[in-house]
Amino acid sequence: MAEPLLEVRDLKVHFPTDDGLVKAVDGLTFQVMPGETLGVVGESGSGKSVSFLTVMGLITRKQAIIEGEVIFQGQDLLQIPADEMRHIRGARISMIFQDPMTSLHPFYKVGTQISEAIRVHQKASKKEAHDQAVEMLRRVGISKPDERASQYPHEFSGGMRQRAMIAMALSLNPDLLIADEPTTALDVTVQAQILDLIDRLREEFNASVVIITHDLGVVAEHCDHLQVMYAGKIVEYGTADDIYYNPHHPYAWGLLGSITRVDEAQKERLHPIKGLPPSLIFVPPGCAFHPRCPYVFDKCKVDVPELLPSDGHHAAACHLPLADKQRIYAEEVAART
Amino acid sequence: MIQYIIRRLLWVLVTLLLITLLTYLIFFVMPPTKPEVNFAGKQPTPELVAQVKQQFGLDKPLVVQYGLFVKRIFLGDEYGWPGLGFSFTTRDALKPIIFDRLLVTLQLAFGAAILWLIVGIPIGILSALRPRSLFDRAAMGFALFGVSTPVFFLGPVLLYIFWFKLGWLPGSGFYSIGQYGVTEWFMHMIMPWSVLALAFAAFYARMTRGNLIETMGEDYIRTARAKGISERRVVVRHGLRSSLTPVVTMLGLDLGGLIGGALITETVFNLPGIGAYAVKSVFSGDLYAILDVTLITAFSITFANLIVDIVYAFLDPRVRYT
Repeated sequence: MAEPLLEVRDLKVHFPTDDGLVKAVDGLTFQVMPGETLGVVGESGSGKSVSFLTVMGLITRKQAIIEGEVIFQGQDLLQIPADEMRHIRGARISMIFQDPMTSLHPFYKVGTQISEAIRVHQKASKKEAHDQAVEMLRRVGISKPDERASQYPHEFSGGMRQRAMIAMALSLNPDLLIADEPTTALDVTVQAQILDLIDRLREEFNASVVIITHDLGVVAEHCDHLQVMYAGKIVEYGTADDIYYNPHHPYAWGLLGSITRVDEAQKERLHPIKGLPPSLIFVPPGCAFHPRCPYVFDKCKVDVPELLPSDGHHAAACHLPLADKQRIYAEEVAART
Repeated sequence: MIQYIIRRLLWVLVTLLLITLLTYLIFFVMPPTKPEVNFAGKQPTPELVAQVKQQFGLDKPLVVQYGLFVKRIFLGDEYGWPGLGFSFTTRDALKPIIFDRLLVTLQLAFGAAILWLIVGIPIGILSALRPRSLFDRAAMGFALFGVSTPVFFLGPVLLYIFWFKLGWLPGSGFYSIGQYGVTEWFMHMIMPWSVLALAFAAFYARMTRGNLIETMGEDYIRTARAKGISERRVVVRHGLRSSLTPVVTMLGLDLGGLIGGALITETVFNLPGIGAYAVKSVFSGDLYAILDVTLITAFSITFANLIVDIVYAFLDPRVRYT
């Protein structure tokens, strides 16, 4: 089996606050293989963004207590000096963000902002960097890239700004692109375009992609693997099909129950997950999801379930026996349709 | 862009006309003591008052009077352009007096502005980059002291320490470059500049700090960091660029206001500026002098606004075509 491109082992990111220690990420282990697309799914506050901002080195030990390892191409990113990290960030790992309306600097031309990224990491004249920026804009499907490069972000639509962000992120041909809720702020039609674009460019640039999202439905078909996060931990991991059609964790059932599906005739209303995401300061003992779980039993309140493989790659952190899970989920689906 | 400037200029013209209308009403229509009585001196005969009235054109209808008033300001009078009139007390042309005084105030205002920018902005930046650090707390303590210390208190205290006790700096008074040379002028200006600049420096430090802290939390700063550019460049090129734009606005308005006279500083340090002159004229009832200072203040604020708007359009591309 090939070496993973990114391997995160037992990552913990804890923020000290006046109210206590916020355990945003609490023991996270996963890997990203070369060329694959990994979907990271979870509610707000599940630690999905924080964990990848830490991978990027955008959350540092100045702000948080960070433990664990982030091995990228054989190097532990948490151990290397900030200056070295700076050369990896934006060049070998790059990131695009949720809200393209606010993620571009309003005072600089779009082309300038892209060529700035190029010039930081490459020896290139202004002219060369600008030409490269225009070429990148063309590759992300912006028409008249020459003119567009000399426009300001406010002259771009939301979808175009996200394209420009993608152009910026890919301009140095990174090995890993992290997309943090890339479509959340966009119209539904534009969402699909952007995800297709990311798909296409992943192949062209031969990169791995991580898509962080709270919307399982939107990303499922674009991802090879999915991992579901809850309270700073992974509660389920598997191929997109595993999780979409055969989820094993009650939280994943909840996520799937709360979205509209086109593959099932919808008979009833959507089922939201009851309760609120847990406090990350006072995380419930045992399984963090147990206060909201309809199938909770005594063990859940005491023992932290481990992420155990059930069949092949598919793994879930839940105390319910596999047979029960399959039975219960089949019943849930039957009840819905 | 050109259209934007032209449109702004037209509005400035309207504003200036409104200002002249208001000042005309205030000075010639509303006062309880009629200007002609004021001018004619103590216990004037009715004949003298009538004569003065005719001489000043005050017997004409209001609209004609106002027209003449505007014409005099914009097209000049018998003392040249712009028409600033003459002093009721000395019967001399006001133009050279006002211009001399304005020059003193300008030196005071611009010197102080340079000082408060040099002091205030770096303090604000350093504070913002290390919020709640020892430096930040000390700086914001200084800022609180700065904004709350009145000039009429700080001025005499500084004079007492640096002139009377230590003898490091010369006392009050204005020593022009032309007559006394740069060094003498500079030494005499240090204290007035410092005293006038203190409150502004404190205010600018706080404003810069607040703006920069806010900007550094923006998404586009995170994008800049994600590109892998150095933290220094993130702060200077991405952070300061947006957070100093409002500072430019404030600077324009503050300078515009100061050109109308920094009355207290001028008085404390005995500088023959325009603010001190205005007060003197009020006491002697010198109508044209008060009028001139009022108009200069109003005009300079109007033009400062215009310049700020135009500069702003260059700084922030989003306002360019609106």
